[in-house]
Amino acid sequence: MGGWGSILKLIAQRIALGVLLLLAVSVLIFMGTEILPGDVASSILGQAATPQALENLRRELGLDQPAIVRYFSWLGGVLTGDLGVALSNRRDIASAIAPRLANTLFLAFWAAAVSVPLAILLGLIAVRYRNGVVDKTISGLALASTSLPEFFIGYVLIFIFAVTLNWFPSFSTVYEGMPFWQRMQAIALPAAALTLVVLAHMMRMTRAAILNVMQSAYIETAELKGLSQFDIIRRHALPNAIAPVVNVVMLNLAFLVVGVVVVEVIFVYPGMGQYLVDHVSKRDVPVVQAVGLIFAAVYIGLNLIADIAAIIANPRLRHPR
Amino acid sequence: MAEALKHKTHGDALLEIRDLKIEATVYPPDEDPHDITIVDGISLKLEKGKVLGLIGESGAGKSTIGLSAMAYGRGGVRITGGEVILNGRDIMKEKTRGVRHLRGAEVCYVAQSAAAAFNPAHKLMDQVVEATVEHGRASRKEAEKRAVALFRKLSLPEPERIGNRYPHQVSGGQLQRVMTAMALCSEPDLIVFDEPTTALDVTTQIDVLAAIKEAIRDTGVAALYITHDLAVVAQVSDEIMVLRHGKTVEWAETRQIIEAPKEDYTKALVAAHAIDHEEQKPAGSPALSVKNITAAYGGGKIDVLKDVSVDIFPGQTLAVVGESGSGKSTLARVITGLLTPREGEIEFAGRTLSPKLAQRTRDDLRELQMIYQMADTAMNPRQTVATIIGRPLEFYFNMRGKERDRRVAELLDKIEMGTGYADRYPAELSGGQKQRVCIARALAAKPTLIICDEVTSALDPLVANEILKLLLELQREEQVAYLFITHDLATVKAIADSIAVMYQGKVVRYGTKSEVLKPPFDDYTDLLLSSVPEMQLGWLENAIAGRRMESGGN
Repeated sequence: MGGWGSILKLIAQRIALGVLLLLAVSVLIFMGTEILPGDVASSILGQAATPQALENLRRELGLDQPAIVRYFSWLGGVLTGDLGVALSNRRDIASAIAPRLANTLFLAFWAAAVSVPLAILLGLIAVRYRNGVVDKTISGLALASTSLPEFFIGYVLIFIFAVTLNWFPSFSTVYEGMPFWQRMQAIALPAAALTLVVLAHMMRMTRAAILNVMQSAYIETAELKGLSQFDIIRRHALPNAIAPVVNVVMLNLAFLVVGVVVVEVIFVYPGMGQYLVDHVSKRDVPVVQAVGLIFAAVYIGLNLIADIAAIIANPRLRHPR
Repeated sequence: MAEALKHKTHGDALLEIRDLKIEATVYPPDEDPHDITIVDGISLKLEKGKVLGLIGESGAGKSTIGLSAMAYGRGGVRITGGEVILNGRDIMKEKTRGVRHLRGAEVCYVAQSAAAAFNPAHKLMDQVVEATVEHGRASRKEAEKRAVALFRKLSLPEPERIGNRYPHQVSGGQLQRVMTAMALCSEPDLIVFDEPTTALDVTTQIDVLAAIKEAIRDTGVAALYITHDLAVVAQVSDEIMVLRHGKTVEWAETRQIIEAPKEDYTKALVAAHAIDHEEQKPAGSPALSVKNITAAYGGGKIDVLKDVSVDIFPGQTLAVVGESGSGKSTLARVITGLLTPREGEIEFAGRTLSPKLAQRTRDDLRELQMIYQMADTAMNPRQTVATIIGRPLEFYFNMRGKERDRRVAELLDKIEMGTGYADRYPAELSGGQKQRVCIARALAAKPTLIICDEVTSALDPLVANEILKLLLELQREEQVAYLFITHDLATVKAIADSIAVMYQGKVVRYGTKSEVLKPPFDDYTDLLLSSVPEMQLGWLENAIAGRRMESGGN
């Protein structure tokens, strides 16, 4: 059908926009680190450096070049997988980040695998029993878990499941070649903490989006067909609430990747968050730039997926007249 | 009335409603929430295979009564008294499960707007067979076969394949027929038709009406047919019940209601549209001249208006008629400057109007006013009537304070609403009153021409009649010209001086009322005229038989 042609065009437009946005963000990140007082050379050599030593180091690092030249050489490096070298330990950033990014994605994946279906299911149940005891209990608990700061939840989980019950380790140490089940056991607590943090937002938005659809005339049609409440919600309301639900799910997935800093620190989990915190405290600008760019890419990428899902979920776009 | 009801006391009763009372809680802005009675003491009886028409203005409780046959209260209304006996049992005493099993199986529903009543996310076939399969009335395969047969019976195009389409892929008239097929698919004993043709064009309505009538006849299903249009219900019903304010006014056989109504209210309904208006001949130079206008949306290639030329004379009414999509409202947008035409020009009071709204002078804006179909959405709900009417006085005439208040009071008097309404908000007014306020707002600018875009379409017949009378009276007093856009030919016949018939962006017939309505007709005008329901038994069959051209909904 001709529908897919126009859909592909729309999707291509979205992707092009995403790339453009990412480029703009890269400029911002680069400029941001430029505006900070002092440059990399002076932060490496410290306060007592002689002007001559600074001069030499700047030339060595290429800092004597104009900003625009340095931006493009940095961008060129990023595009070819070269994120530069960390100032603090002179290690290649890309090879240092790769395993940590994998760890972060592993944790985010399992947190999402639990929280997304759970949030949507709870949202459906809340709509089914709306304004009743069940709805209020679900909403209340979910809101409470969101209102509590994640470090607090983390410590409560550690206290109960690691210290008292001794079911899971309190430190989520993972290493290369670790068996899958051990790894799963290690991330159980941080994944649970993350789930509790993102659950309420997704569940409340699912509930609101579906309730909005429940006002439609076609819901009355379904009701007058004698369908059960749950079938009405699942078959007739949910498919029309997909776009807003996917949107909020993607926002939360992005949080699971870029917002895990605190949880990773609490559980001493070797992910991107911890890596970022370490190097921010050392003013290691190339690392901050690299991590910032990756986080931005994740964010933009996930929102792109949400947009594309919304386009595909719309039957009017999928099947034009 | 007792003799008239005698014939209903024997025979198989499928549905019997006894002393029905329905209440709802309302939350008015300035008062405490309280209960109101929507339906009070309604009793009716429907035999197998018969059709009972429920008729009345909005708020008469017709839909509420219809839905009570499915034990359903829309929007929080409560069935608080009486019995609804369907197939020998009181369904008000059924539990949730029992009620669910009767909905979609014993009783089915056809809604006013099929476009809104179909789920946009699913294919038509999935929705049509859903209830049948859900209630175990047939296997999925069997149900699909039935559906295709029904699509064919309702003369839908490509009956084998139309089920694979999504709701937005078929026209409104077709969708309404698919909805009828959906109701018939589970072979129910009773179907509630809730204004099934009201949202359709007049030329499409007649097709759908004929399809529904034939389907009812051939399947032997009983029906409650709800509408506000007496002429429509007269075509399909065996009996008619006239309702007002939740009470029965008159209940009798269709022939008696149409030919010998007993109650005054019924007589008024039968006589609606009787307006005295003498046609005026074009005189002097036109107030507004539309010259060879061609226009398209968004710089597109498809012309919505093609070489349209009409004249409107001072103090006269030009009615522009046509079905939806014929370009009527686009013409209004071009005249008001909201849409810049590709070709052609508009002359107004001897000068050429700028095609762009932004370049028009304040006087140009003032002399061209507009009244809309939806009075509700045309007013700011947070402003009082005085503010709404006072705004053009401030804007165009710089009137303030006492002077403005006096003029607002004058205008309220003109639209036959007292000054007591000045401090009311739109939400506190009835539909007819809202439209009156919109008329006053347009008059406040002392315009030369008012464009009336379907101003009576959303109103009940009797209220619409009052509004039309008011408009004519104001025309005589203020010598204002009207461009009256409508799809309702009865309205046109009542008030127009000249008529322009539009079809697919072109003016196909144009002249004074007597010229346009005098045979011989071109095919489209003939179709349009013959599609207007007449209060006469057997009109539908004659009209369908005498047609020369297929309607656009087919």
